[in-house]
Amino acid sequence: MSAVMENEPHEVLMEVRDLTKYFPITGGLFSRVVGHVKAVDGVSFDLRRGETLGLVGESGCGKTTTGRAVLRLIEPTSGTIKFEGKDITHVNKQQMRALRRQMQIIFQDPFGSLNPRMSVGQIIEEPLVIHHMGNRKEREARVRELLDVVGLASYHLRRYPHEFSGGQRQRIGIARALALNPKLIVADEPVSALDVSIQSQILNLLEDLQAEFGLTYLFIAHGLNVIRHISDRVGVMYLGAMAEIASSEDIYRKPLHPYTEALFSAIPIPNPDIKRERIILQGDVPSPVNPPAGCRFHTRCPIAQEKCRIDRPILKQSEPDHWVACHFR
Amino acid sequence: MISPEMEMRDPLQGNQPVIERSRSVSREWRAFWKNPLARFGIGGLAFLILFSFAGPLFYHTSAYQPNLLATLHAPSGKFLLGTDSLGRDYLARMMLGGQLSLEVGFAAAFMTTIIGVIYGLISGLLGGGVDSLLMRIVDIFIAIPSLFLLLFVDSVFKPNAVLLVIIIASLSWFGVARLVRSEVLSLKRRDYVEAARALGGNNWRIMIQHLLPNVMGVVIVNATFQVADAILTVAALSFLGLGLPPPTPNWGEMLSNSMSYMFQNAWWLIYPPGIAILLVELSVNFIGDAMRQAFDPRLRKSR
Repeated sequence: MSAVMENEPHEVLMEVRDLTKYFPITGGLFSRVVGHVKAVDGVSFDLRRGETLGLVGESGCGKTTTGRAVLRLIEPTSGTIKFEGKDITHVNKQQMRALRRQMQIIFQDPFGSLNPRMSVGQIIEEPLVIHHMGNRKEREARVRELLDVVGLASYHLRRYPHEFSGGQRQRIGIARALALNPKLIVADEPVSALDVSIQSQILNLLEDLQAEFGLTYLFIAHGLNVIRHISDRVGVMYLGAMAEIASSEDIYRKPLHPYTEALFSAIPIPNPDIKRERIILQGDVPSPVNPPAGCRFHTRCPIAQEKCRIDRPILKQSEPDHWVACHFR
Repeated sequence: MISPEMEMRDPLQGNQPVIERSRSVSREWRAFWKNPLARFGIGGLAFLILFSFAGPLFYHTSAYQPNLLATLHAPSGKFLLGTDSLGRDYLARMMLGGQLSLEVGFAAAFMTTIIGVIYGLISGLLGGGVDSLLMRIVDIFIAIPSLFLLLFVDSVFKPNAVLLVIIIASLSWFGVARLVRSEVLSLKRRDYVEAARALGGNNWRIMIQHLLPNVMGVVIVNATFQVADAILTVAALSFLGLGLPPPTPNWGEMLSNSMSYMFQNAWWLIYPPGIAILLVELSVNFIGDAMRQAFDPRLRKSR
């Protein structure tokens, strides 16, 4: 596999094109559809094998929906998702079940993501049972191995989730996601619910695992520092659309999209002598039920012009491997 | 890779097979038996069952033989619990009545719970159109006045214990179904259900492995109420003359009949069936509560 990676440094594991997800709003007498929440509206990106792509954006911008839709835990309204070159947007349930071995998810809430009635052993073993892997003995050996990999001890197997701390539970969730040897893991705000000290432990664990097993992460977060720490590339979302996507280094050094600029100017600098202009955006995020025409961001953009009210900018490459959806950058 | 969160290795639990399956059952039952509530419940229930089913083997007085010379006798050495308005021995009737009440009560509660749980699980999990349809059917059942249904069934069939169980279950399952459905609606949004889906688990697995164990708490508690409810429904039916044909006694009927003799101060007619029904209810409820505590890992006292 390493030979392949050397030949094609940007081998694409997952390709997402024009992904949309509209949630219907029903109302009135016969639950008629009266509108749609356009949670994700035309998102495109590539996930390269072995990389960590961070997705940032404020609450409600569609990060989580994107994460779930690429795994088809939510059925996308339109768009295509290709996994290892194969279109998985419309494969049936049976085929999807087989594909689930390749892609897994880690959840934000370490308390809600583990069934309180199952022991840790049963939780981690479940994926192996579902996919009929090994006999009891082999599965148990695998579970012990996984516990070791995520930094828990064998005797934890018999315990129940409520006996663990948030960080330990997150480790259990990670072990469960790893059980099937997936290629892709969608990490949906995996550290947002944890203490800062525990956050770094979990982030380091995720990085170690990536190096060890060649994992590809789609890492969803709203903490800019977390994203910067872990991501190879960063995608910034605003109101259901991708505003900018570039390598972590480039985007933090030189954000191109005015929204990214404003977002990153909000990162506190731990040195009071450095004065920096903070860009304060006016107004609120418009409702995703009725997003503004043209550029999504024009209602709050400091550099918006007439064109932005009419034309919706597409994501274009304005610097090498630096994509931005803005008419002027 | 040792995390600072990790605890010290527990020497007692070193290298045994650890993924819990059958072993956990015995642990749960042990926790159950340690609970004083469970012991009271089991004791109370065992007493009533022995009294009703084994009692007649030792106490041979007829429950049916009227004695018009000894009507409404207060308890005495001759009639341990007195006699009723026809002079029948009340102790013998209590034993015989207990058999029917316990049988009908438990059978009806069991059937109600099984139907309601299956219906509620399916409705809640599948959601959407199926859920709407199934819940409208429940609404229809609730809209039918139970008295009307009882009168109808009674006029068509000759009542017997089995029929009574079926009628009671068919009149009370929708309460359980609604309860379970509403629980499932909230449970199925939990991340662990989503995780099971992401792992490739199908609806069956989600239902059995993830939803059912998590609704059992409410279901068990509810089932204990159903037992007492069923016994009292039999009483209500008997009061209307729709229950089982007269000579066969049951506690509910005995209690409602004794109301007529309240002003003759026939307290011995009221207290025994009243206390018996109360004891069933308490015992079953305690057992249910103890089971809930034993089977929910979060409520189980730490070892």
